[in-house]
Amino acid sequence: MKENVVIIGGGVAGMEAARQLLFLGYNPIVVEQQDHLGGHVSQWNRLFPDMASAQDLVRHMGEEIVDANIFLETKVNFINRLREGYLVMLSNGVSVACRAILIASGFRLFDATRKEEYGYGVYDHVITNADLENWFNGNADSRIPAAPKSVGFVHCVGSRDLKAGNSQCSKVCCMTAVKQAIEMKEHFPDARIYCFYMDLRLFGKKYEDFYINAQQEHGVQFIRGRISEVGETLDGRLQVKAEDTLSGKPLRAQLDLLVLMAGMVCNPDAAELARMARLEVDSDGFLRSADNIAGIVGSNRPGIFYAGACTGTKTVPETLAEARSAALDIHRFIQGK
Amino acid sequence: MTDFGFTLSRSSALDLTKADTRLYERLCSLSPDARTCMGCGSCSATCTAGPYNGMSLRKVILGLQRGQDVRPMLKGCMLCGKCTMVCPRGINTRQLILNLCRIYD
Repeated sequence: MKENVVIIGGGVAGMEAARQLLFLGYNPIVVEQQDHLGGHVSQWNRLFPDMASAQDLVRHMGEEIVDANIFLETKVNFINRLREGYLVMLSNGVSVACRAILIASGFRLFDATRKEEYGYGVYDHVITNADLENWFNGNADSRIPAAPKSVGFVHCVGSRDLKAGNSQCSKVCCMTAVKQAIEMKEHFPDARIYCFYMDLRLFGKKYEDFYINAQQEHGVQFIRGRISEVGETLDGRLQVKAEDTLSGKPLRAQLDLLVLMAGMVCNPDAAELARMARLEVDSDGFLRSADNIAGIVGSNRPGIFYAGACTGTKTVPETLAEARSAALDIHRFIQGK
Repeated sequence: MTDFGFTLSRSSALDLTKADTRLYERLCSLSPDARTCMGCGSCSATCTAGPYNGMSLRKVILGLQRGQDVRPMLKGCMLCGKCTMVCPRGINTRQLILNLCRIYD
């Protein structure tokens, strides 16, 4: 009989860990709240740096784990400590005894309505990065004009923002903004595209190429200044205010569409899991790894492991690498090595 | 001295080694959050006075860090406090300006 490993979260972290655990001879049990696997990635359109289809990735990963036990629309009700291992009670009535649990509960996208000064949900033409991906996926969005003349992207919405309770950099939004700016230019070649940033953090493989490409091929204008407030003109356009800090002057612009780069914040469900299993929460609100260099996938409890954005903001490849790493650590733990 | 018919202009380069940052340090002792400014410009963008008289809190803090006289700019502040509402680092900007005025007094 194959040994059970409970994986909490069926996003790409949980899926990749399940794939590896199947390969290592275990019976992974994936618990997912939503009615589908793939988490945030399943809602995205194309992924940097190679513009690969997010849907294809999730579909392919799903095909790899058909032999796993997957419980959709299911939550963890409680986790009890046993003499050896844990008893995990699920909302569908199933209870699982296991020696190892993988938490892959991911992140939440920052709720952009909380930055009231940006007018999300108030003005007609303010959307988020996630809304734009949804539109790229072919879903209609009445907030996106048929032929916008100017489009603005606001970096760091709910990231690096102490007032929003999230002082951390969300890491992927700069790159996402550059990617989406290029994609918008491809949709609307005549539009002017502006990115309003505080610092551009394009750290990953090929990210800088995107930046150069956005400047050179697409004429995206990068303005170093954080938008302080958004208003609406009488004819329904958006009026934004920023300081053009490089010229040292206050700047105004009228836009037809404003895209807010909502950042990653810790998933409140992870805090609930932490309470159930007595896990430590880090100062940034994410789960605290055993060690932020050598033990990112480890927790403070034996047999409980982490993968992906439950411990901090991660890119997709980082998340997948952690999932593989966690699967191997779980294998070693169960083997007693 | 021989007059060659030209003069040398003073360099406008900032000399960090010679910059007198004592005012900035005094400000930071009264308003420690001044050190957390990352120069995003939200304060200046939202400033009601700035577009008309050149007030920019971002430039005030930067100027102090570079040892410059920022009093002309400071005079433009009307203490409305709008900048306090938009600062992502949560700096108490209005109190910072008042503290700076006290130091200059």
